[in-house]
Amino acid sequence: MNMEDTIAAISTAMTPSGIGIVRISGSKALDIIAQVYRSKGGRKKIREVPTHTIHYGYIYDDEELIDEVLVMVMHGPRTYTGEDTVEIDCHGGIYAMQRVLDVVLHHGARIAEPGEFTKRAFLNGKMDLSQAEAVMDVIQSKNQYALKSSMNQLKGSLQRPVEEIRESLLYEIAYIESALDDPEHISLDGYKDRLEQKLLKQKQRIRQLLDTASDGKILQEGIKTVIIGKPNAGKSSLLNFLTGENRAIVTEVEGTTRDILEEYVSLGGITLKIVDTAGIRSTEDIVEKIGVKRAIENAKDADLILCVLDSSKPLDDNDREIMRLLEGRKAIVLYNKTDLAPEIELIALEREICHPVIPISAKEEQGMEALIQNIKDMFFKGEIHFNDEVYITNARHRAALEEAYDSLTQVQSSLEMGMPEDFLSIDLMGAYEALGRILGKSVGEDLVNEIFSKFCMGK
Amino acid sequence: MVRLEQDFDIVVVGAGHAGCEAALASARLGLKTIMFTVSVDSIALMPCNPNIGGSSKGHLVRELDALGGEMGKNIDKTFLQSKMLNCSKGPAVHSLRAQADKQAYSNEMRKTLENTVNLTIKQGEITRLLTEGDRITGVQTYSGAVYHCRAVILCTGTYLKARCIYGDVSNATGPNGLQAANYLTDSLKELGIEMMRFKTGTPARIAGNTIDYSKMEEQFGDERVVPFSFSTNPEDVQIEQISCWLTYTNETTHDIIRRNLDRSPLFSGAIEGTGPRYCPSIEDKVVRFSDKNRHQVFIEPEGLYTNEMYVGGMSSSLPEDVQEAMYHSVPGLENAKIVKNAYAIEYDCINPRQLNPTLEFKRIKGLFSAGQFNGSSGYEEAAAQGLIAGINAALKIKGQKMLVLDRSEAYIGVLIDDLVTKENHEPYRMMTSRAEYRLLLRQDNADLRLRKKGYEVGLVAEEAYQRVLEKEVQIKKEIQRVEHVNIGASSDVQRILAEKGSTPLKSGTTLAELIRRPELSYETLAPLDPERPQLPWDTIEQVNINIKYEGYISRQLKQVEQFKKLESKKIPEDLDYEKIGSLRIEARQKLEMYRPISLGQASRISGVSPADISVLLVYLNSR
Repeated sequence: MNMEDTIAAISTAMTPSGIGIVRISGSKALDIIAQVYRSKGGRKKIREVPTHTIHYGYIYDDEELIDEVLVMVMHGPRTYTGEDTVEIDCHGGIYAMQRVLDVVLHHGARIAEPGEFTKRAFLNGKMDLSQAEAVMDVIQSKNQYALKSSMNQLKGSLQRPVEEIRESLLYEIAYIESALDDPEHISLDGYKDRLEQKLLKQKQRIRQLLDTASDGKILQEGIKTVIIGKPNAGKSSLLNFLTGENRAIVTEVEGTTRDILEEYVSLGGITLKIVDTAGIRSTEDIVEKIGVKRAIENAKDADLILCVLDSSKPLDDNDREIMRLLEGRKAIVLYNKTDLAPEIELIALEREICHPVIPISAKEEQGMEALIQNIKDMFFKGEIHFNDEVYITNARHRAALEEAYDSLTQVQSSLEMGMPEDFLSIDLMGAYEALGRILGKSVGEDLVNEIFSKFCMGK
Repeated sequence: MVRLEQDFDIVVVGAGHAGCEAALASARLGLKTIMFTVSVDSIALMPCNPNIGGSSKGHLVRELDALGGEMGKNIDKTFLQSKMLNCSKGPAVHSLRAQADKQAYSNEMRKTLENTVNLTIKQGEITRLLTEGDRITGVQTYSGAVYHCRAVILCTGTYLKARCIYGDVSNATGPNGLQAANYLTDSLKELGIEMMRFKTGTPARIAGNTIDYSKMEEQFGDERVVPFSFSTNPEDVQIEQISCWLTYTNETTHDIIRRNLDRSPLFSGAIEGTGPRYCPSIEDKVVRFSDKNRHQVFIEPEGLYTNEMYVGGMSSSLPEDVQEAMYHSVPGLENAKIVKNAYAIEYDCINPRQLNPTLEFKRIKGLFSAGQFNGSSGYEEAAAQGLIAGINAALKIKGQKMLVLDRSEAYIGVLIDDLVTKENHEPYRMMTSRAEYRLLLRQDNADLRLRKKGYEVGLVAEEAYQRVLEKEVQIKKEIQRVEHVNIGASSDVQRILAEKGSTPLKSGTTLAELIRRPELSYETLAPLDPERPQLPWDTIEQVNINIKYEGYISRQLKQVEQFKKLESKKIPEDLDYEKIGSLRIEARQKLEMYRPISLGQASRISGVSPADISVLLVYLNSR
């Protein structure tokens, strides 16, 4: 909320397009870029370059090279937000982009709230008063969108551990607070030793969450999607269409089977991780098995299955075998090759299977809008979501985890210094609040309720 | 028909702790004030526990005193025992609590009221509020007399449609058998005021000479008593103190209670009001905390005028015979005679979200309210609100800006903001955990925080104000000096540090750095600081705390800076939330209902999201 913070965000959609912009705005924008940017020769002082100029160089995290970038320096007020603004054009894909953002956050920026750049632009008089309404709509809709996707992404992964850690912290805070409020009924004798143990445990749990966030798992973000279908049903055309120009940045994940490729595709802001196997690509090699064996394996842990049918040929046993894989799964059936004369009756097909059926022509690039809309609907209705292990989808979560971790470290050092209990509860509360932000929860009456429900107070 | 008609500036309804402060403030500020009570003999009555202060409540009393209220002075004159609680747990939670002589407390307050110019005390029940349009114009008594006025302050406590209950006995009286006020509620409802029904309770009083104290632990007061009031000479409160006693309930007690639960009006449903969770009856404790095999019971004197003792920790609404058995099962109370039965009391109060933070009703100009009527509980909470309501009614009539303390300035600010902004489902009690900036809101610095405000309002005398200004300068000067006193690692220094159980110095440092060590303090380091000036104890206390906890304090100061930004963004009174399409519907409805005065207050309403606040901010900027 604070207008004096320097804020940062990735200002292009999180797509694997390879190029993305990290934008920093605020009074510390130039200081921050000066700390993390190095020019090619290492001589250029970015703090001193003229406004509205572009500079080639590198972003470093201490001594580690993160990405090769172009940096655009713009001094306020002649910027979108009216504040000093720096834009970093990253080239190394989404992972590098995330790292660049992380480095920027570590050096004093805070992650921007949804719509915050626009809000600042307005409040700094960079927009016409008549645009206020539009600005408010942007803020509200971006927040709703962020909240929804955050909630969807949270489901089951981060949510549970964060809730557990919060619960445990709240109990400790309530214990201290009830003893402070009612010293004659509740004693703190011997409490500090107990707290020390609990702190160690909770810090460890937060560290684990942070580790999974930073060890590259970010690449696995996205809805694990598997395309299945008989050879020549049109899988490759579909894949080609979905990946489009992005073919160039196919990412090879180290340590996994060499012939499994994971491709990232962004559809309307939702990232699909399309798992493709060499087997399916070169179906000739295993023609006798129709690739079904592979498909079964891959489909097993997919979040979403795209099943491609060739509508120009009658359904055969292989098609039916493949469609049986869809039972009980989230899937979309693509009635492909609408550009040819149909041999399968669309309405009959729709009646037969309980998944959405979308007529497309991958070759003619028709019907893709409907497909994209369908995936989006499923995602935002919570029907499909990522089921990877615990990972953290955005920098906001990571920043909150870091903050909670630091607060608990502060509690430890207060304990070590022998500070009175009052000071312990202040930083415990800080950790509790930070974790609450991940879940979109404010403290409200939590503490008072916990005190009254767990501890017998007073008169 | 001929009726008595009189004119006043301000009418105060009720003479409890809220009413007394309200009436005194308004009269002292020069407004012609009349205070009504159903019984003049029950002025400043303490119908429940015989204490003033305690955790966070002690803060309220000190703040009220700094602003020019009376409670602190009154308890300093009438206490029997005093303790500073939480001494080892950090300066922010130190809290004074005193045992009061109830009769003396009441008498002293009455004397003060009687000797206040501009103040009339009148016995009588107010049954109706008189209004013209959205403005208050007077009150009417049961006898039909009309008192015209420009402001009314309602401090009716637990008297509105009061009902006292234990077992199947239900008396339509106020506390302690006093007459209830049965008509005003209807008049309030006619004015469109939303009423709620709350409940609280009190334990039995027992004849002191029937208690066996040998079975209890004696509880003494502090050796050196700290006064509540900044105006009280500390030497005047070093009196001979009276002890309290500690005993415990046991499984027998709990069995008796469990066996008779079905006869409790709480469990049978005869009581409809919402009771406080922080002050549970003994039957509540036994049910909710069934794993505890004993609960503490504090036996406290009601005053020197009587041998009645208050049985703290055992409030109840069980039937008379069960009460007898239950109290008698407690060690030391085997043969105790019950003078007054424990009872629960139900009463009407308002939903306080109808109030502005000034404690004036949003929809009725000139109508103010304070205390339990606003859904709070406790003498101190009541007094604090009474003072603010009294001050603001007076300021309003004088055409001056009313006083609103925010959450970063005082516990009183937290109290009132919570009441008018948050959903209250039970009598509200102050707690230190409710104050997010409590490191700054200490009981020791209430004068530094609030004397100036009291002075500006007109309740604090020039001399008292000057004293605080001097103190401020002294503190600042001494902190600066201490930051620059260098201490070398000489053998003398190392020896003194060793004596105090502190690690030796590796190299030179400053006195301030040493004070920050937990085992050391400004005072214990006197031997290393020969040039130290002679300073009063309360200045020393401030120097010590400010240096010792500087890191934490400056962190909270930063948070306060943030907080103030949203607080200072005022929302116009006539804002039409329906026009702001981007607000979510829930937020729009809540904002419409609460009509917050600032973005800060808006942000604390449940159901209003940070995005809604951003939208509001943009909207306000575009007007």
